[in-house]
Amino acid sequence: MTQPKNYGFGEEAALLKESARKFFREHFTTDKLHALVASDPTPERAPQCQWDETLWRQLVELGWTMLAVPEEAGGVGMPVAAVAGLVEEVGRAAFPCPLLGTLNATYVLVACKQPGATALADIASGAAATLALTNRHGAWDPAATEVEYRDGALHGTAWFVQDALKCNKLLVCASTAAGHGLFWVDAAAVGVTVQPDGIVDLTRDQAHVTFDGAQGLEVSGNALAVLHEAMPAIWTLLAADMVGAGEWQLQTTVEYVSTRKQFDRPLGFFQAIKHPLVEVMVQIDEAKSLVYNAACACDSEPEKAAQYAHMAKASASDMAAYASSRSVQSHGGIGFTWECYVHLYFKRQKHSQMLWGDAAWHRARLADIVIGSAA
Amino acid sequence: MSDDSARKDTPEQAEFRAYCRDWLESNKPGEPPVRLPQTPLEIMTQEQLSYLQAWQKAAYDAGLIGCDYPQAVGGGGRKDCQRVANEEMLAARTPFLPNVIGLGMAAPTVFYHAREEVKAELLPRLFSGEEIWCQGFSEPGAGSDLASVQTFAEPRGDKWVINGHKVWTSLAHFAEWMIILLRTDKSHKYDGLSYFVVPIRAALGKGVTVRPLIKITGETGFNEVIFDNLEVDDRYRLDELGKGWQVAMTTLLHERGAGELQGPRSGGMKNRSSHNITTSAVIDLARNTTRGAGTAADDALLRDKLMRQLIREEGLKQNQRRSRVQALLDHPMRLPLQNKLLASEIAQSIAALAVEVEGMASSLYMGDSNAPAGGQWPLSYMNSYGMTIAAGTSEVQRNILGERVLGLPKSK
Repeated sequence: MTQPKNYGFGEEAALLKESARKFFREHFTTDKLHALVASDPTPERAPQCQWDETLWRQLVELGWTMLAVPEEAGGVGMPVAAVAGLVEEVGRAAFPCPLLGTLNATYVLVACKQPGATALADIASGAAATLALTNRHGAWDPAATEVEYRDGALHGTAWFVQDALKCNKLLVCASTAAGHGLFWVDAAAVGVTVQPDGIVDLTRDQAHVTFDGAQGLEVSGNALAVLHEAMPAIWTLLAADMVGAGEWQLQTTVEYVSTRKQFDRPLGFFQAIKHPLVEVMVQIDEAKSLVYNAACACDSEPEKAAQYAHMAKASASDMAAYASSRSVQSHGGIGFTWECYVHLYFKRQKHSQMLWGDAAWHRARLADIVIGSAA
Repeated sequence: MSDDSARKDTPEQAEFRAYCRDWLESNKPGEPPVRLPQTPLEIMTQEQLSYLQAWQKAAYDAGLIGCDYPQAVGGGGRKDCQRVANEEMLAARTPFLPNVIGLGMAAPTVFYHAREEVKAELLPRLFSGEEIWCQGFSEPGAGSDLASVQTFAEPRGDKWVINGHKVWTSLAHFAEWMIILLRTDKSHKYDGLSYFVVPIRAALGKGVTVRPLIKITGETGFNEVIFDNLEVDDRYRLDELGKGWQVAMTTLLHERGAGELQGPRSGGMKNRSSHNITTSAVIDLARNTTRGAGTAADDALLRDKLMRQLIREEGLKQNQRRSRVQALLDHPMRLPLQNKLLASEIAQSIAALAVEVEGMASSLYMGDSNAPAGGQWPLSYMNSYGMTIAAGTSEVQRNILGERVLGLPKSK
């Protein structure tokens, strides 16, 4: 199969992206974000989950959480390329919400085929979901899970569950008698304990979730194959979020160095400032182009999706690290303070950088595909 | 590639694509009789040039070059078809076109700024490659600060008399014509510049001296050109007196792949001594290079470096694709102005990585029969600095991107 030249990013996709940007510009400024999430600077602060649930409901009513749900399951069936455009805008706004988790769960459930239908219907009717796959060491391959399904119930703990406190549903990977399965679990069910983590990133919440005899609906008996199919879209969307956040970092830093004067000139006059910011732009563009290429592969060239998604997430991770570093450094003293907003994005990007594999991990997997496994 | 490209063709493009494919199938030149250099800028001998000129003439006569220019100036009168011809020529792995400066830089500049009769006089033989062009911009005292050129044109009757010194002039030793940036007024830096086309071959030994310069690779290919009272007709002035800087911007924009008119591109022909500067070529090299008990392709650190290159290379390719998807662009020049910077820096780092993969064997150069790949990788690595320095250094490119795209204050 081959990709359409324009990434399949048509008029509907452009409209969605534009309306998302407008939505956040009107309803969720960075002032609002800071006021919402940054009230407690204490490093030892208790785990928190600050978000604008009313705005989230509007977003659900707009249908944005069910965009990736296929039409036959009651959703909109938008291509990954269009969804990436939306996620880029969510990243630009750093809007705290379970959209990414819900989209991730959607792609996993779609890969589950028919057994995933009920769960997809939940998402189509507004449920927010997140993946609970990862063990305490950060590994998410099914063989590494610390959750076990025995005697008809789940036992054990899933770690690093993103935006868990904002979700009604969990998609859990557990070892079974036959191998490894995936289970659709109500977050409020008996035997489920969501224990919030105290994290650096202020724009997300995170938890480890303990299952003690919880009930769940088995949506797949072959987690390995399902995740293999779904992960490229998940990496791609996270990279899209990082690209949007990177654009915010670039734009905000450019504005600052254009106005702040030292030695009688705006900082941006100096090449020691100018050239690194150009490099940030170059890296954002590389990541962005690779994101839409990967998204388009998920839609129309699935045999290449993993390869291109590894490229996108590796590129976005390196970009996020560099954009974050330059955004704080170029702001000088003020950039090192809590009152300057750059730290919000710095922390979000550091979190995203490691989430679902850092750059070196993705390059190693890419090498296995392109060069073949090392002897 | 071709089938993917064909998907969104207009009817005119689709018909033209089929025509190109058909023509190339029966007319693609055979094996060259001589070793070809890596790029047109290293053409050293008349034999190399003649072979390549014959190819360009054939492609022009068939309508694959200058497709989007009006017929009145020797073009094909088509709409957005040069890209189609380029895709088909690259896919067919044709030889490269020798008149690279003429096609990529001189033609659009002449087209947008010369008098009508001058366009009709010059462009047909430029497109056909019968007349090779070169570019006289840089001088010993004017490199990155291009607007400080001092080569002077003085009016005498309805003619101009030129005196001065241009450097780094690729292809000048074969060129009939030169596009040239000259000073016509010493009291204004930018507004004192004017732009001309000058016939240099006709004046060799009588006002023009071309001296070859030897590059760090040991190759020739570029020159210094000395003007000593060369007389030029006023009709070869492009645009108004004092507008040379604006005309030069047209040239530079096209040189950096960011101009309005798509330049003809051809290439990819396999030659026993030519090689492609791509990551996949370096991966092949790594697979065939012994390292410890295995090959360089098993080395975890090299694998990581290879994948970094592959990602940058794919990123540039996708930038070019995305630059045609309006909804995914914020600033119209943001991607086009990155082209030259990225293409030259990526080529440089790929060649550097190839040298690293070769290890100690990269010490062996082109005259040594034990040199891997005939010594091409150390040659490519050294040559890559030509591209990161020429046409505005990478540092100048970053200034332009910072100022024109990010809107940062000007450094000058």
